[in-house]
Amino acid sequence: MSQSTRRGHTAGAFDIRVIIAALFGIYGVVITVMGLVATSAEDIAKAAGININLWSGIGMLIFAALFLLWARWRPIIVPETQGESSAE
Amino acid sequence: MHVLAQEELRIDAGAVDYLLLALYFVFVLGIGYLARRSVSSSLDFFLSGRSLPAWVTGLAFIAANLGAVEIMGMSANGAEYGMPTMHYFWVGAVPAMLFLGIVMMPFYYGSKVRSVPEFMLRRFGKPAHLVNGLSFALAQLLIAGINLFLLATVVNLLLGWPLWLSIILAAVIVLAYTGLGGLSAAIYNEVLQFFVIVAALLPLTIVGLTKVGGWQGLVSKMSAAGNANELSAWPGSELTGFANNALSAAGIVFGLGFVLAFGYWTTNFVEVQRAMASKSMSAAQRTPIIGAFPKLLIPFVVIIPGMIAAVSVQEMTRFKQTGEGNVDYNDALLLMMRDLLPNGILGIAIAGLLASFMAGMAANLSSFNTVFTYDIWQSYVVKDRPDEYYLSIGRWITVGATAAAVGTAFIAAGYSNLMDYLQSLFSLFNAPLFATFILGMFWKRMTPTAGWLGLVMGTVASLAVFVLSNVGVIELPGQGASFLGAGAAFVVDIVVSIAVSMVTRPKADAELVGLVYSLTPKATRTASTTGEDAGWYRRPGILAGIVLVITIVLNIIFA
Repeated sequence: MSQSTRRGHTAGAFDIRVIIAALFGIYGVVITVMGLVATSAEDIAKAAGININLWSGIGMLIFAALFLLWARWRPIIVPETQGESSAE
Repeated sequence: MHVLAQEELRIDAGAVDYLLLALYFVFVLGIGYLARRSVSSSLDFFLSGRSLPAWVTGLAFIAANLGAVEIMGMSANGAEYGMPTMHYFWVGAVPAMLFLGIVMMPFYYGSKVRSVPEFMLRRFGKPAHLVNGLSFALAQLLIAGINLFLLATVVNLLLGWPLWLSIILAAVIVLAYTGLGGLSAAIYNEVLQFFVIVAALLPLTIVGLTKVGGWQGLVSKMSAAGNANELSAWPGSELTGFANNALSAAGIVFGLGFVLAFGYWTTNFVEVQRAMASKSMSAAQRTPIIGAFPKLLIPFVVIIPGMIAAVSVQEMTRFKQTGEGNVDYNDALLLMMRDLLPNGILGIAIAGLLASFMAGMAANLSSFNTVFTYDIWQSYVVKDRPDEYYLSIGRWITVGATAAAVGTAFIAAGYSNLMDYLQSLFSLFNAPLFATFILGMFWKRMTPTAGWLGLVMGTVASLAVFVLSNVGVIELPGQGASFLGAGAAFVVDIVVSIAVSMVTRPKADAELVGLVYSLTPKATRTASTTGEDAGWYRRPGILAGIVLVITIVLNIIFA
């Protein structure tokens, strides 16, 4: 369990952080675009004067980018040897 | 919430909203499919191979609890009572979560049991194990029904799909991912759900606050409506029903904070299972503590929208003042979404609500199938088969449990106030278990006979209160009967356990190492601080201290 003996490959696509980033990336793009092109004055008035689609979209894109960076910076290592990996 | 005039709540969802909603479901099922590939043994399926990092299990820990009752019920309480609702989070959850992480987790994780009933088996032997296993399994099926019913109700209200169709569709989706990927799929989805729920509620809160003119605007609007007392969390007289301030505060601390909260958070396998899936003792201890951080902040995006709804949504304001109209407090969040969110973010908000309801049900299913397979089937029905057999039983029982939940959803449909129903279930199943646990963990003299007899008598006591209040012998408003039932169960369980222990034979000390506090060497109760558990920010004790300080500060600010 010490770090020097840790072998294995990175988890790649099935790192939950990448999946979360993917969903929020798509959500972010869709509603940012909606905020830019498909938001009427009526929609803005409804949301207390805020273009909430645009701002939420930008927020989600930033969030997705941060999660991707985190996953890049600290990838999950999948151990190649089976067995208990408890740290006792 | 299902008796109101539905047209008022029908949300004007457009094509984009449906698209965003559908995308969410693609991700949910995709996670189930991906998780399936990593399941090769029953331990993978039921405990994720004990391999998950603490931030994942910590968020799952909180998302598993962030179900329908939490989101809809607490925003409703926010609209009705205001800031005192915060106690359900700051007093009624966080201290118990810290206690679970610091004091109890070393016994759960350290003894390598796979479930809470298995801990009962090691501590008290078979009779207590069987009683606990059966009662837990039954409780999960009933609670899964509540979550499923609420999920279907909201789909029905928002999108207009028929109730029975919504129930079955929701059941099939939850089944698909928990049945395929086991606990990993449920946990990974809970983490995703957590973020989607926040993405739904945060914009709603920001828009809502802007609309009423910020916090100051909310304060002046609530004061103008004559509800200034709802702006401070203490003493919370309206919540407890005690007119005396000191009594009210004591009621919150001991009633809500101790018996109910500790009973729920420390012995509920739905929650504990998430910590057991983590990869080391340190990570297991950190799981509830990491979960406590969002637990402190979630009320701001759940309760405050409820409070805003009470002053800004016309129907809600009128309902609060006169008690008339076609809405009730449970609709606070839905009305806010209807009034404030344009298409686009609306779709994500609907996805967030559905996500939260599915999280609750998936958590019920994944803990049910573990307890059923290990603690009932493998222990008492079909023993000593190869591991693949139990893995396949686990999958099939998930199907059976889903079908049963569709049935219990129709029981839940018969209750007008689901919070009452849920609290009676907790007082029946959790309160006696907590008493037995806490006594058994700290008192080595407690005997196996006392273990099961205390559980049974505690449950009987709670059941007696339930029956007496249903036939009208005890007259208590709202959830008062459940609180009384929980108290009765706790006291009866403790008294019976002590009395029976005095006249029966305890287990030998050697058999109780790792299970009882005084017999477990300090070294095995302490998590490692090297390798992946190194660093002050990974020390459970320090993290818990930080949470505690934030909790106290929040209570002072909003006192």
